[in-house]
Amino acid sequence: METVFTRTPTFKDCPTHYCPGCGHGIAHRLIAETIDELDIRDRTIGIAPVGCAVLAYDYLDVDMIEVAHGRAPAVATGMKRTNPDKIIFSYQGDGDLAAIGTAEIIHAAHRGEQITVIFINNAVFGMTGGQMAPTTVLGQITATTPQGREAAGEGFPLQVSELLALLPGAIYVERCALSGAAGIRKTKKAIKHAFELQVGGAQGFSLVELLSPCPVYWRMTPAESMEWIEKEMTKVFPLGRLKG
Amino acid sequence: MAGKIIIDTERCKGCGLCVVVCPKSSIVISKKSNKNGYFPAQPVPADRRPVESGVEGAADTDCTGCCLCAIICPEAIIEVYRDQPNKIDIVAKPGKKGKPRLVEEKT
Ligand code: SF4
Ligand code: SF4
Ligand code: SF4
Repeated sequence: METVFTRTPTFKDCPTHYCPGCGHGIAHRLIAETIDELDIRDRTIGIAPVGCAVLAYDYLDVDMIEVAHGRAPAVATGMKRTNPDKIIFSYQGDGDLAAIGTAEIIHAAHRGEQITVIFINNAVFGMTGGQMAPTTVLGQITATTPQGREAAGEGFPLQVSELLALLPGAIYVERCALSGAAGIRKTKKAIKHAFELQVGGAQGFSLVELLSPCPVYWRMTPAESMEWIEKEMTKVFPLGRLKG
Repeated sequence: MAGKIIIDTERCKGCGLCVVVCPKSSIVISKKSNKNGYFPAQPVPADRRPVESGVEGAADTDCTGCCLCAIICPEAIIEVYRDQPNKIDIVAKPGKKGKPRLVEEKT
C-alpha cells in the first residue's frame, strides 16, 4: 500500500494544546504543508499572535518570533524590509488583528508591505475566555454578550477583509472557511497562492482570512461548529476572493 | 481493501470530525478512553460491525483511502494508505452501486 496522507515535516510531531475540534490545528497544518511544498522552510520566518495560537512557534518548525498583541504587521514590516529575501508571514486571530491590531494591519496593507497574513476569524476572544470580539456576529452569545450581540449596544461585526481589499497596497485578499474537507482544500489553495505571491516577489500585501471553529466558546460540538460556519458565519463573512 | 487509515489514538482528542466526514462511515469513537481521558476515534473493526458503528455494513474494510478524515483532523494524526490502482485487477463483479469492485491485488 502507498502512503497517500501523512503529517508534513514542518508541522512538528507533537501534541497541540488546542481544544478538541479547534480550527488552529488545521490552519497550522495547511501553512506547514505550503512551506514544505514551496520548499521555503529555511528562509521563512513566522510571527505568532497573542491569543490561543500564541504557542504556534512550538508547532511550526520554522523560525518564529512572538510579538506584542496586534503588532505583528508592524514587526513583519521591519523584518521584510531588512531581510527582503526572507518569507515573512504573520498568524493572527481576530482578537489580535481585528481589535487591538486594527491600526497596524490597515497601515501595513496600505503601505503594500510584501508580507503574508493568515487571519484566523473565530468570532470570539478564545484565550481570555470567549468574550465578544469585533467579529462576533449579531445574536451570538459570548461571555460579555450573554443575551447575544446587539447592534444598538455593541455595533456590527467588523469585516476586516472587505476593508483591506479596498486599499491599493493589498494585492490579494481571500476569505475561506475551515468547515468541511472541501473548504479546507480551498483554504490550502488560497494560503499557497498568498505565499507564492511573496516568493515570486509580488509588490504588495496578501491576506487570507480563515473562518475557523471555536467549539468551546461557541458552546457547540465540533461538528455543529462546522455547520454553524457554513450556515451562519458565511452570511456575515461571505467566502471568496475579495481582491487579486 | 482499497484504503486503510492509522489513527494515533493516544494523541486523538475525540472531536469526532473524522467520524462525521467519512463517506464510508468507517470510523467510530471508541468506548475506551486514552491516557489523556479522551475517547479516541478508531477505524471500525471489521469483526465488530455493525454493533459499534451503528451503521450497517460499515467497517474499515470499506475505506477507500479518500483522505477526507485526514484533511479535517485538527491534530493531523491520521495516516492514509491506498492500494496502487495499477496494481489492482478490476474484476467485473458488481459492487454496492452496480459499479465494478476492486477485488484482487496483482502480485
Ligand atoms: S478556545 Fe477556541 S480558539 Fe482557543 S483553542 Fe479552544 S477552540 Fe481553539
Ligand atoms: S480515508 Fe476516506 S473512507 Fe477511509 S476512513 Fe478516511 S474518510 Fe473514511
Ligand atoms: S478528527 Fe482527529 S482528533 Fe478528531 S476524533 Fe478524528 S482522529 Fe481524533
